[in-house]
Amino acid sequence: MRIGVITFPGSLDDVDAARAVRLAGGEPVALWHGDDELAGVDAVVLPGGFSYGDYLRAGAIAARAPLMRSVIDRASEGLPVLGICNGFQVLCEAGLLPGALTRNSHLHFRNRDQGLLVERADTAWTSSFTTGQQIVVPVKNGEGRYVAADADLDRLEGEGRVVVRYVGGNPNGSSRDIAGVASEDGRVVGLMPHPEHAVEELTGPGTDGLGFFTSVLAALVVAA
Amino acid sequence: MPEVVVDVVLKPEISDPQGQAVLGALGRLGHSGIRSVRQGKHFVLEVDGEPDEAELRQIAETLLANPVIEDVELQLRTN
Repeated sequence: MRIGVITFPGSLDDVDAARAVRLAGGEPVALWHGDDELAGVDAVVLPGGFSYGDYLRAGAIAARAPLMRSVIDRASEGLPVLGICNGFQVLCEAGLLPGALTRNSHLHFRNRDQGLLVERADTAWTSSFTTGQQIVVPVKNGEGRYVAADADLDRLEGEGRVVVRYVGGNPNGSSRDIAGVASEDGRVVGLMPHPEHAVEELTGPGTDGLGFFTSVLAALVVAA
Repeated sequence: MPEVVVDVVLKPEISDPQGQAVLGALGRLGHSGIRSVRQGKHFVLEVDGEPDEAELRQIAETLLANPVIEDVELQLRTN
C-alpha cells in the first residue's frame, strides 16, 4: 500500500512520517506541494512543521497549494487523509475538517509526552486501537488550541467526531480537551499530537503512534 | 493607486491570549484604565485599475481571514 507524504516549504516531520509508514509496513511516497497529481497513492499524510513559515495563519497558505486541490477532490471520494500538527491546521484551513487551531492559551510552545484518550476506534486511522484506550504520543505546538463555535462543538460531540482527547492535562487550552477530530465519513483525521514520533522504543515514549499507520493499512486491505 | 485596507480580528467569543498579554503589560506600566485589548491583523492591498469590491471581499473573507474564528472589515481608499 502506497502512502503519500506531502512536503510543503517549511515541513519538518515529513521524513519521520515516511519512516512511520515504513515501520508500519507501508510504502511511503514523497509528494511535493507544488505537484498537481497524487501519483496514485492509496492514502495521504500531511506532516508537521511550519509550512510557509506559518505566515498569515498556520496552514493557511499550504491549504491553497496546488496539490491540496487534488487532496480535497480525492478526500470527497473517500481517500484516507491524516493531518498531524501543522497538517491538521492545513486540513482545517482547507475546509476538510471543522474548527480552527490558534495560539495556545498560555502563549508558550508546549513540547512533552502527552496522554490521549481514543474515543473513536472506527476511523480509517484509528482502527488498531480500542475505544477508551489511553495512549502516549509527543505533542509539540505553539498554535494548537482547537476552537470552534459552541454549536459546532456540540454537533461534533453529538456526531462522535472527536477522535482523541487530551488526558492528564490539556497542553494548549483546546476546547473540551479536543486533540483530534474526524470528517463525517471517518476517512479524514487531524490531530495536534505526533504519532509519527512514537513508533520506536529507542526514539519515542513508546510505540503507541504506530497504530495510526497500521490502521490505515488495514483499512486499505479491507477496501482492496 | 487605489488601496484596499482589510482589518482582521478574532471573533468576540474566541479568547485572545496575545491581547490579554498586552493588557497585562499595560497594567504593569500603570495604564490602569484600559479595560481590554484585542489584537488583529491589518492588510493594505494596492489594486490596479478600478477595485472589484466583490472580488476583494472574497479575498478578504476566504484567505486573509478565517471565518471560523475571525471577523473581517474592508475599506476602499482612493487617493
